[in-house]
Amino acid sequence: MSTRGGEQTRRSFLAAAGALSLSALISGCRRAPGAETDEAEELPEVRLPPPPVRGAGRHAGARLVFYAESVGIGAAIDRALAQRFARDTGAAVEVVLRPRDATETYASYLRLFQARSAAVDVLSLDIVWPGIFAPHLLDLGEALGGLAATHLEAAIRNDTVQGRLVAMPYFTDFGMLYYRTDLLQKYGFGAPPTTWDELERMAKTIQSGERARSRAFAGFVWQGKAYEGLTCNALEWIHSYGGGAILEGREPTINNPRAAQALARFHRFVGTISPIGVTGYEEEDARNVFQGGNAAFMRNWPYAYAAGNTKGSRIEGLFDVAPLPHEPGFESSATLGGWTLGISKYSRFPDAATAFVGYLCSPEVQRFRALVGGYIPTIPAVQSDPDVARVLPFLERVRGATLVARPSNQAGARYNEVSIAFYQGVSKALYGTDPEKALEQIDRRIRRSLR
Amino acid sequence: MSTTASGAEKQGEVTGIRARRRARVAWAFLSPALVVTAFVALYPLCDTLYLSLTNTRLGSEEPPRFVGLSNYAELVHDGFFLDALLLTVFFAVITVMLELALGLGIALLLDARFKGRSAVRAAMLVPWAIPTAVSTQMWKWMYNDVYGVFNDVLVNRLGLVSEPIAFTADPRTSLAAAVLVDVWKTTPFVALLLLAGLQLIPRELYEAARVDGATRLQAFTQITLPLLRPALLVALVFRTLDALRVFDVFYVMFGSRPDMQTLATYAHEILVSISDVGYGSAVSTAIFLVIAVFIVIYVALFRRREA
Repeated sequence: MSTRGGEQTRRSFLAAAGALSLSALISGCRRAPGAETDEAEELPEVRLPPPPVRGAGRHAGARLVFYAESVGIGAAIDRALAQRFARDTGAAVEVVLRPRDATETYASYLRLFQARSAAVDVLSLDIVWPGIFAPHLLDLGEALGGLAATHLEAAIRNDTVQGRLVAMPYFTDFGMLYYRTDLLQKYGFGAPPTTWDELERMAKTIQSGERARSRAFAGFVWQGKAYEGLTCNALEWIHSYGGGAILEGREPTINNPRAAQALARFHRFVGTISPIGVTGYEEEDARNVFQGGNAAFMRNWPYAYAAGNTKGSRIEGLFDVAPLPHEPGFESSATLGGWTLGISKYSRFPDAATAFVGYLCSPEVQRFRALVGGYIPTIPAVQSDPDVARVLPFLERVRGATLVARPSNQAGARYNEVSIAFYQGVSKALYGTDPEKALEQIDRRIRRSLR
Repeated sequence: MSTTASGAEKQGEVTGIRARRRARVAWAFLSPALVVTAFVALYPLCDTLYLSLTNTRLGSEEPPRFVGLSNYAELVHDGFFLDALLLTVFFAVITVMLELALGLGIALLLDARFKGRSAVRAAMLVPWAIPTAVSTQMWKWMYNDVYGVFNDVLVNRLGLVSEPIAFTADPRTSLAAAVLVDVWKTTPFVALLLLAGLQLIPRELYEAARVDGATRLQAFTQITLPLLRPALLVALVFRTLDALRVFDVFYVMFGSRPDMQTLATYAHEILVSISDVGYGSAVSTAIFLVIAVFIVIYVALFRRREA
C-alpha cells in the first residue's frame, strides 16, 4: 500500500506539472505503448507466483489490450497476472500502462470511447466511472453474475447501472479513523471515539495538552481541499448524521437539516480542533501531519496504515484505526473507494476479455493481490482469510462501518458535475457560508445538471 | 525637355514594376508563415468559436446540435463565471502594476555600471526559468501552516504572531499569496525588457540635461519615461495577456476552491472535468474577448499620447 501513497504524491505533482501546458491532455495517448518498456525495469518484485487460471477455457488467437495500473507493485502485479492468463489460455495480453493521473486516464478513455475504438479491451476504472462510461461497457451480468454475488454488495450495487453489471470490483478502499493509541492513553481515554461529540472532546483535550510541546499540533486532520476527496469526506459526515447520500435515484436529497448540522460541525472544527489549513489538505497533507506525530486523529484511506508503520515513521506502533464516528442513533459511514474492471463494448474479443476479468476478480487473485500488494479484497470471504487478515489487520477493526457509495451510478455521465457542485458547496460552508444556504445552492446546481 | 519627362515616366514605371515584383516575392516568403499561423492559431480559434455555438459534450450519446448564442446567454447569468472574471481582472491589475513598478526599479538599478552586473542579470532570470507549476508547489510548501518556513520564522523565530497563518487556505491571505508568487516569478522578465529599453536611450541626452541644469527627477520624467514608452507598452501587453490567462498558480495552489477560480481554471473545469465542450468553448471565447478589450484600450491609450 505504501506504493499507492507514493503514487499519490507523484500524481499530484505530475498533475501540477501537466497543468503547465496542454501536454497533460496529449500524454494520455502518447505514453501508451512506449511507456511499457522504459519503466519495466524499475518495477518491484512480485513475491508469490500468481494463481493458475481455472475454468476459463482456451482463447488462442484472442489479442487483449489491458489498461492497467502504471506504477509500483500494482503495475508489477497486473503484469504478472496478464502473463499467467496468457500462458494458461493461449490469449495474448498486452499490458498498457494507463496515465498515472486519474484525470488524464479519464480523458483518454473519453477519447477512446468517443472514437468507438477497439484499441482497448479491458480497462481499470475508478469506482466512480462505471456510471459515466456505462453506455460503452459490456454487460457482464450473464457471464460473471455468479462471481459478483460473492463480492461486497455495496461494490456490486455501484457497478450495476440501470440493471446492467458494467464492471467488476478489483479492490476496495474506504475512509477510516486513525488515532494515536499513546496519546489517548496519556490523556486517560480508554477507547477511540464512536460519536463526533466524543471525538471533538478528546481532540480538544489532547490538542491543548500537546500544544505546550508543539504549537503546530492538531487534534483532527482530514481532507478539506475543494476536490474529489472532499466529496468522499463530506459524504461520510453527512451520512453519519442521517443526512442521506446526496442523491436518491436521480433526485437530490442533500438539502436537509441533518446535512446542515454535519456541515456546521465541520465548519466549527476548522480553526479549533483542526488547523485552518485543513481546508487546503489532500490525503498526503493529512498523512504528513499525522505521520509526523503532529495530530491525534486523522481521516484517511487504508494506504496510510502501512505507510505509518514503515521503519523510521515517527508513529510506528503508536496508532490504530477504528470506524469513523457518527451521531448517536446513526451509523458509522465509510465512503467507498477503489478501482473496478470493465470491458469495452467495442472489443473484438469479448469472450476472452470476460474470462480475463473473471480471473482478475476471482477469490484466488484477490487473495494473491492482498498478500503481495496489500490491496483490499472486495470478497468478504477473502477478507476473513487468516493470511489476508494478518497482512491487513485493520480490516477486522473497521468492519462495523457502513460502506457508502458516491452517487456516480445514479448521476451517470453527469457525476463529475454533481461532485463538483457538492464539494464546492461544502468548501464554501467550511469557509463560513451558512450551511443551509450552501446546501440550497448545491441542490440547485445538481438539479440543473441532472434535468 | 520632353525626352527627360518621358525618361522620368519610364523610370517611374520601372520602379512600379520592381515594387510589385518585390511585393510578390515578399508574399511568397511570407506564405509559409501565414499558412502555419492559420493552422495553429486561426483554425483552433474558429473551431472554438463554432463549438461555443453548439451543445457538444464529450462521451455523450446524442450528436451535437447547433444552439446559437444560448451558451453565451447562460454565461452572463453564471455567478461562477462572473466571480472568476472579477477575480482574474483584479489579479491582473494588481500583479501587472506591481511587476511594472518593481521591474522598472530593478531595471534602473541594473542600468548603472557596477562590478558583477552580468552575473546579477543572469541570476535574476532564475525564477523566470522555473516552470510555474513547480515553483508554485514550492511556494505552497513554504506557505504551509504546519511545516512551512514562513510560519516557522513568524511564529518560532521572530514570535510576531502567536498562531501559524494558513496563507493559502485563509480567504484573507489567499489572493495575496498567489499575487506574491506571480510577482516573484515575472518581475525579472519585466525588468529585463525595460532594461533593454533603457539601454537604447542615448547617454548624450542625460549629459545635455545635466548641462541645462535639469534635476535627476526631471531627467527621469522628461527623458527616461517618454523614451521608455515602447518598451513599457510591450511589457504591459505581455504581462496583462499572461495575467488574464493565469492558470497554473491558481490550479496548483487552490484546486477547485470556488472562491479562487480564474477564467482559465473555470474553463478547464468545464472543458476537462465536466467535458462540456460547448459551454467550455464559450468560456474560452470570453477569455479571448476580455483580453482583446484590454489590448484595444492599451493601444488606443498609447497612440493618443504619441500623437
